[in-house]
Amino acid sequence: MSEPIIKFDKVVKRFGDLTVLDELDFQVEQGEKVTIIGPSGSGKSTVLRVLMTLEKINEGVVYIGGEPLWHESRNGKLHEASEAHLRKMRNQMGMVFQQFNLFPHMTVLRNLTEAPVRVLGMSKADVRQRGEELLDLVGLSDQKDKYPHQLSGGQQQRVGIARALAMRPRIMLFDEPTSALDPELVGEVLNVIRRLAKEHDLTMLLVTHEMHFAQQISDRVCFFDKGKIKEQGTPEELFKAPKEARTQEFLKAVLNPD
Amino acid sequence: MFFGIEWDTSSNLAFALSILPILLIGLWVTIQATVLGFFIALILGLVLATLKSAPTRLISWPAKAITEFIRDTPLLVQLFFLYYVLPDYGIVLPAFLTGALALGVQYSAYTSEVYRAGLEAVAKGQHEAARALNLPSPRTFTHVILPQAIPRIIPALGNYLVSIMKDVPVLSVVTVLEMLNVATIIGDRTFNYLIPLSMVGGLYLILTLLASSGVRYIDVHLPKRGLSLK
Ligand SMILES: Nc1ncnc2c1ncn2[C@@H]1O[C@H](COP(=O)(O)OP(=O)(O)OP(=O)(O)O)[C@@H](O)[C@H]1O
Ligand SMILES: [Mg+2]
Repeated sequence: MSEPIIKFDKVVKRFGDLTVLDELDFQVEQGEKVTIIGPSGSGKSTVLRVLMTLEKINEGVVYIGGEPLWHESRNGKLHEASEAHLRKMRNQMGMVFQQFNLFPHMTVLRNLTEAPVRVLGMSKADVRQRGEELLDLVGLSDQKDKYPHQLSGGQQQRVGIARALAMRPRIMLFDEPTSALDPELVGEVLNVIRRLAKEHDLTMLLVTHEMHFAQQISDRVCFFDKGKIKEQGTPEELFKAPKEARTQEFLKAVLNPD
Repeated sequence: MFFGIEWDTSSNLAFALSILPILLIGLWVTIQATVLGFFIALILGLVLATLKSAPTRLISWPAKAITEFIRDTPLLVQLFFLYYVLPDYGIVLPAFLTGALALGVQYSAYTSEVYRAGLEAVAKGQHEAARALNLPSPRTFTHVILPQAIPRIIPALGNYLVSIMKDVPVLSVVTVLEMLNVATIIGDRTFNYLIPLSMVGGLYLILTLLASSGVRYIDVHLPKRGLSLK
């Protein structure tokens, strides 16, 4: 097998006394669609935030495409990464946030074009065209001149997905993309993600509570507990025949909430 | 006679009309002190806000202490301090400049808080989204954070403009000939305080209403595009 595109090697992340990632080992292959499930506070978001360089790590090494994310090697030794290195690494990833985090003072299209013009150095015309294509992809071509607050939550999140895609990432990170949505709006967002999941080359890492959806799109599901992967496997294995008692307990609680 | 203008004490109305030009000269000084003081407060406040948000406590702590000190001492104390102490160190400023400086220093403590609060009110997710998109920090500041902070900052600053204007009479104690000082001098010389002081009140009322409605106008017409400022 080729080099994993994402690799956590004994990664520790602490907030004060609280250990959120506990010597985590975790790998994702190029093009793989991996879902992370687990109880609140188990460190699911932290995994994504560490990858997106929103959260530093305390110990261990994270590799993206074989290259350390939070470190740079000089003279065969690993040193803390410079901002220039982080910028380079960050360009390979895109993130979709639970709260969308769209820029409220920019139109929908501007949300998609702002960063590519500045960061990728593409021409405005190209970026605009690409932005319109992406809006088409998420079914919002007619909304491009609106401001985020004029859209429904589901539409806003679709803009969020398009905005992340505009940077042409190799890896897409989704942190509970539908948790902030009214139930009737969840479907339209999941449909967009489902369509993305068909892209063979795109690596996807998704934290979600939508178990049915996870089952449909994932190559692999990881159950997180206390900052570690307690159990992982294909959706079949994990949902139909969980081995660990913690996993069984968790699945029972989320699948039959009463 | 004052500023070369004679007053007419034949009737109350004639007196009022004759001293109006004198009071307007004082009013002009009041406006100048307000504008200069406000300008100093805007700049100094920005400096203080920047220092307070510095990553090292060596810088942020003294800046916070200074802000607190300025805020907790009366304007008059600061004014006397600047007026009587600065010359001891060879800095001799005209009373007007000293006064404007005192106003600017006093209000920089408030404006620095306005800046800080405005910037901090921008959601953390905005910084994170910009970082995830790899936007350079200066661009993030100027095109993501500032546009969301400014609509919160401007109205609050405007309110301080009005407050500064109402504090200008304090400068009369260091001989600045602003409107109130002019009015009391007229009173001293004519033994009629009622009319000049009433006129000062009236002129202040007009000025404050104008400034407040100006601030409100800016507030309403400031482009807020998509921002809800709740
Ligand atoms: N900035 C922070 N400072 C302190 N503690 C934090 C911080 N961010 C996260 N934590 C804590 O770290 C733990 C793991 O957080 P994380 O967000 O990764 O959990 P999660 O698995 O995503 O949970 P949820 O399902 O609730 O989103 C939680 O206990 C959380 O309170
Ligand atoms: Mg989370």
